[in-house]
Amino acid sequence: MPPKPKVPGLIKGLGVTFKEMTKTMFPNEGLKKLIPSPSKGAHTVQYPHVKEAPPTRARGVIALLEENCTVCMLCARSCPDWCIYIEGHKYKAPPRREGGKERTVSALDRFDIDYALCMYCGICVEVCPFDALFWTPEYEYSEPRIADLLHDKERLGEWMDTVPEYEPYEAGSEAKVKKLPKKGAK
Amino acid sequence: MTAVSDRQQLQYIAGQAADARVNVELETEGMTLNLGPQHPATHGTLRIIVKLDGEQVVSADPVMGYMHRGYEKLVEVRTYPQITTLINRIDWLSSFANEVPFILAAEKLMDVEAPPRAQWIRTILFEMARVANIGLFLGEMGLQLGAMTAAFYAFRDREFVLNQIEAVTGGRFHPNFDRIGGLKDDLPKGWIDETKRVMQRMREFCDEMEELLVGNEIFQARMRGIGVIPAEIGLSYGLSGANIRASGVDWDIRRDSKLSPLPYDQLDWQVWTHPDGDSFARYWVRMQETREATKLVDQLLDGLPGGSIMAKVPRIIKVPEGEAYVETENPLGAMGYYIVSRGDLGPFRVKIRSASFNNVSIAPWVLRGVYVPDVITILGSLYFILGDIDR
Amino acid sequence: MTLAIHLAYWQQTIVKSIAVLLCVLLPAGAFVNLFLFKMSSFMQSRLGPMEAGPHGQLQLLAEVGKSLQKEDIVPAKADEKLFKLAPYLIVASVLLVYVVVPFGPDAYFTNLDVGIFYALAVSSISVIGILIAGWASANKYSLLGGLRAAGQLIAYELPMVLAVVGVVIQAGTMNMQGIVAAQANGEIFGLGAIGNPYILTQFVGFMIFLIAAQAELTQTPFDMPVAESEIVAGYMTEYSGLRFLLFFIAEFASVGAFGALAATLFLGGWYLPGLDLTANYMNVVGPLILFTKIIVIAGVIFFVRFTYPRFREDQLQKVAWTFLIPLSLANIFLTAILKVVF
Repeated sequence: MPPKPKVPGLIKGLGVTFKEMTKTMFPNEGLKKLIPSPSKGAHTVQYPHVKEAPPTRARGVIALLEENCTVCMLCARSCPDWCIYIEGHKYKAPPRREGGKERTVSALDRFDIDYALCMYCGICVEVCPFDALFWTPEYEYSEPRIADLLHDKERLGEWMDTVPEYEPYEAGSEAKVKKLPKKGAK
Repeated sequence: MTAVSDRQQLQYIAGQAADARVNVELETEGMTLNLGPQHPATHGTLRIIVKLDGEQVVSADPVMGYMHRGYEKLVEVRTYPQITTLINRIDWLSSFANEVPFILAAEKLMDVEAPPRAQWIRTILFEMARVANIGLFLGEMGLQLGAMTAAFYAFRDREFVLNQIEAVTGGRFHPNFDRIGGLKDDLPKGWIDETKRVMQRMREFCDEMEELLVGNEIFQARMRGIGVIPAEIGLSYGLSGANIRASGVDWDIRRDSKLSPLPYDQLDWQVWTHPDGDSFARYWVRMQETREATKLVDQLLDGLPGGSIMAKVPRIIKVPEGEAYVETENPLGAMGYYIVSRGDLGPFRVKIRSASFNNVSIAPWVLRGVYVPDVITILGSLYFILGDIDR
Repeated sequence: MTLAIHLAYWQQTIVKSIAVLLCVLLPAGAFVNLFLFKMSSFMQSRLGPMEAGPHGQLQLLAEVGKSLQKEDIVPAKADEKLFKLAPYLIVASVLLVYVVVPFGPDAYFTNLDVGIFYALAVSSISVIGILIAGWASANKYSLLGGLRAAGQLIAYELPMVLAVVGVVIQAGTMNMQGIVAAQANGEIFGLGAIGNPYILTQFVGFMIFLIAAQAELTQTPFDMPVAESEIVAGYMTEYSGLRFLLFFIAEFASVGAFGALAATLFLGGWYLPGLDLTANYMNVVGPLILFTKIIVIAGVIFFVRFTYPRFREDQLQKVAWTFLIPLSLANIFLTAILKVVF
């Protein structure tokens, strides 16, 4: 049972808002306390002049490392919205050694992600067995036309420049920190 | 004077007859008001058809379904990881809490248990979701009553909790972090200390709300004695969570029905009840629950065991045949998933028992005879989310 | 008027009309900018409008411009003539209150002998405007808001009038200039240094006046007529564009009007102790002093508005009838006795 408040509750409520107002208007410590600087004291930032950086793991946009993709279609199959469109073809490559068999190599023709449908769940990134898809915290890619939200292979490859390194884990964890694959290493 | 004279009796009868005539002539019509799907006070698209007599409610009729998204049909054609993504969005304010009962039910069917570290981190995120959700309620109840400043404080302090959830899962509102057999990833460095600071901040927020709202005489005059729900009526309508605990029923699924993998029995915490059953009791119980949840998170962070976060499960998960029902104490009430599996990649049928559907079903009973402002107060104090009602 | 040039009567009328419009718009604009945009934002840990002009100072112009270019919507079932009339009634009543407020020894629009009586009477015209707005909108929410407003505003007229009666008893006149002079020349227990601003001797009357003013202005905690979370916008629901702007201006201008009345009655009006009561330069300094006092009182009104939840209608009426009116009657009783004794 809450105890009966000693100070009349109405005045205390005024005190709370007054304190918040002065905290916003005069946030500096020490001698500079009397200089009003509400831009520093407020909890909001004036986007787009000031931008806050999202955490490393934030799910902003998906980037594609084309060299690693083997057109296995696992990501397209596991997407809840079926928003990944993949087309590929197989071609015969010359054998690695003299007298060997010809190899069948898959080549990626089309890899589109439709961000108008994407739910940002991350299942495609998780199931890819060849480390071809990565999350980046970039979020400023809104378009005036919905059709422009379909990112094709080249655009998804450009997002690779913004993929951050994996963070170290907390103490007590047995998980190993993954490393980003270097480009061109296949 | 003991005897009433005949003349007085005659005058009395004439007066009654005159009154009756006036009442018949001035017979007033009731007004049917549509607290329609678009309204600042209903948390989403709930429509309540209210028949008014002046400012008093004669009958109230909630009409749901304006936000029905067909979850139980959607999940019939999806696999378990895909379903985990979808069900995040049922109760969008308690992000992680939607996934927990579903994953627990699936793990029960598969007879696999996640390692202790995963269970503890699951509980941490579960309680943080509770802090975020109920913290918002504390401020937004003030908004329903007219104190708009309280809502801003709630949103501002909730951001800190959401930042922590984003740091570990990648998503603020839809974490999509729980997996059958464990969790997706482990905690990043520095998360534990920062989360302890955030929980301390949320405790200060609760104190601020107590000063700003709970001690306020106007708030108490608006909330005390409004919308009293006796315990038997509440239980018969299926109320759960803080709503029924505010009527004096000591029932908490975390403690009572042994969510056995989750480590609630190893921690030191208490369940809060209040005997009154009115709107103020519901608000007070939720405030105490938020404080309790912050203390729980602190204990969990202190005792976090080391180890792996994922049990040995096959890559392609096929849940064996059977049925399982798991109910957990979500921020809004008791949420449960009843999974019927035929051994496939996805379930055959999932029935979602959502807390808000039952919480709002008491509206016709509790809204009889109250004034229009009290309708808003009572509905606000029952605290439902439309996504939870309509699924 | 002691001006250097001599104006004909019709020219004076034009000057006075423009001046009264300025009188209304200036406080309204200042309050919206200072209190609604900035003070409430700082209380809520945010910055408010920042884009229009430096630190959002031109946001007011942007709002006015936006409201002016909106479509003129009149609901189909609404009573058109009454619907269009309502905002003008309320603005008119606010304009009429400013007419008796003295801004300096000679800077006033008119010096009625029943100044304060006229001001209180004329401020009640806005009740009619609100009722008309509520009824003519053909909207159940507006009707609820209008009816609530009728009950509330009429109930709170009484404590306000009774609180003012105490001041009138002490000043001995209903003339507004006379009240300012009485406060300037009065003494408290023989000390005449700061005059006798009635806030000191009529403190109870001041609190009652402020509470009743908060209710008359339909500001939280007495904003049942415009309860935003229940009846959307009350009697203003169906209004948009210029008409809504008029309601908005009227709301903030009436805050200024009641602030001016409170400043004149309780805080000493345009006079500061130490200044000359009849000098000519007071015609310029007086308005500034009065404006400062109005801002202080409006600050208190808005501070309370952004903090408290709202009363329910019957609780509102209970506060008025069972608490404020007996208190103000006791105040009058005590004032009369003390005035005769001392």
